[in-house]
Amino acid sequence: MHTNLSLRILQEIAQLIPDGSHVLDLGCAEGDLLDYLSRTKHVKGMGVDIDEAMVLRCISRGISVFQGDLDEGLKDYQTASYDYVILSRTLQVIHKPVLLLKEMVRVGKHAIVSFPNFGYASIRLQLLFRGQMPVTPSLPYHWFDTPNIHLCTKKDFRNLCEELRISILQEIDLWNGKRIPSFTGNLCSTEVCFLLQGMASSDSKETPAQVESMVSKSSLS
Amino acid sequence: MEPEKSLKDSIGIVKPQDFTFGTASDPLILESGKTIFPVTVRYETYGTLNKEKSNAILILHAFSGDAHVAGYKSSRDRHPGWWDSMVGPGKPFDTDTYFIICSNVLGGCQGTTGPSSLNPETQEPYALSFPLITIGDMVKVQSYLIDYLGISQLLCVTGGSMGGMQALEWAIAYPERVRSAIVIASTPRLTAQGIAFNAVGRNAITSDPNWNGGNYYGKSIPSRGLAIARMIGHITYLSEQSMHEKFGRRLQNREQYEFNFDDQFAVESYLEYQGDKFVERFDANSYIYLSKAMDYFNLDEKYGSLQAAFRRTLAKFLLISFTSDWLYPPSQSKEMVFSLMKEGKDVSYAELDCPYGHDSFLIETERQGKLIASFLETIYAH
Repeated sequence: MHTNLSLRILQEIAQLIPDGSHVLDLGCAEGDLLDYLSRTKHVKGMGVDIDEAMVLRCISRGISVFQGDLDEGLKDYQTASYDYVILSRTLQVIHKPVLLLKEMVRVGKHAIVSFPNFGYASIRLQLLFRGQMPVTPSLPYHWFDTPNIHLCTKKDFRNLCEELRISILQEIDLWNGKRIPSFTGNLCSTEVCFLLQGMASSDSKETPAQVESMVSKSSLS
Repeated sequence: MEPEKSLKDSIGIVKPQDFTFGTASDPLILESGKTIFPVTVRYETYGTLNKEKSNAILILHAFSGDAHVAGYKSSRDRHPGWWDSMVGPGKPFDTDTYFIICSNVLGGCQGTTGPSSLNPETQEPYALSFPLITIGDMVKVQSYLIDYLGISQLLCVTGGSMGGMQALEWAIAYPERVRSAIVIASTPRLTAQGIAFNAVGRNAITSDPNWNGGNYYGKSIPSRGLAIARMIGHITYLSEQSMHEKFGRRLQNREQYEFNFDDQFAVESYLEYQGDKFVERFDANSYIYLSKAMDYFNLDEKYGSLQAAFRRTLAKFLLISFTSDWLYPPSQSKEMVFSLMKEGKDVSYAELDCPYGHDSFLIETERQGKLIASFLETIYAH
């Protein structure tokens, strides 16, 4: 991964989080974000990762970590038990992103999601002019070896939030690590980051299964 | 393996020590309300206690384990302690850094007071007049030992299986005395299935004619019953996959069936061997008392709820489970992790993909060792 780019995303996420918050980082890998947040924002954090080597790395850095599969959802996590639930550059590898997003805004008072924007101009152009699956610094894999199964554009993600009745409190658009105006984001940003909040829990009574079927139907139509 | 070479890789030769406490006026009071005195605790230590007494780690042994965690009993001893790959110089529980303590549990048969000990009132072995004990009682006895060693707070308490139960009880019952707890392949309560297996083991023992209501000391011991109990236990410690890989359907002493009762599968022969070996070192009544103590263990019942139990804790936790462990399944460890999280406690959880069943905690020491060494380092550094 692009180290400077990674650091920029950490910085952008950090500036969304008040000092001393209680943070859950889903897909925490080596714990870079939690380490950064605990040094700069004194957060009380916990990471989740499926990979034993990552769990070991987190433990050796003194970061609390849970070895688990995000595709199983967050059913054992208490509602509103974290100030921020973060999914940084992980959304695209999740099998059931809808279920996870719903769960994130339930478990967290806020959620933060960052992902590489598939609507970025260069990606569109690669497909248009070269007729090949795009490869970029944010998305360095070929079609046959990519772990990314759910790529989306910034616009796609905004539409999904609307469908799921998740409020977007803030959008951050980055072009190779530089902040750019949000209105240009779907075309110009390489990475996007959203600060989210579930709508009042009273008007979201659907079970995760119902939400999923609702979304899959709408995406078919 | 040459003993001399293995001696060099280990902590070397270790000698157990004894500590006795409890008098008629100040006996050990058990959870049941009954009392015993005196109580002798046999224990081993490895490494050196530092000046601040801040590097002490208490290892809690499992059901059939003992205080002999690492090293050799003599220069001729060919078998090191049960967790020798984990405890020693440069090993995860590094004796160059930490002071390691392990004691035999109350109710056992390796030198700490139990049903085979002499009742001072009658000068006969206690046998079934020994009071029933709990995991909490074992821990209470260990707390006397830690007092005696002059240690006010342990850097870590740790153990697998029944040892994990004790580590949990330590962190809950003596919160201010425990800085961290590593709980391996354990549970907040034994499942009905676990109790059932224990019950079959006890039945095997009490059905042996030599058992004689527990009064067999100095006579023929209920060796057949105890061996069968061990065989059943052993099945529960392995997994279907590990049995398949280790034995398959191989016959022990012949290539083909001869259709007589001497046809023996390799797995049968292995269980026989394990059973017979166990009888040489274990007391049948201890089997009954310790298995009952495990059956009684239930943190919800004792503390109102699992969350209420963990609310009291101050330790930093590391829980480890193994995917193929069906006796103490990962789901039970995860239940504890989520309870701790709900209480806002500091907890990490690793679920090691490992084929050896419940015994993984004794066998898969390399990956487990890395996690433990890293965890301890961060605790000790702060």
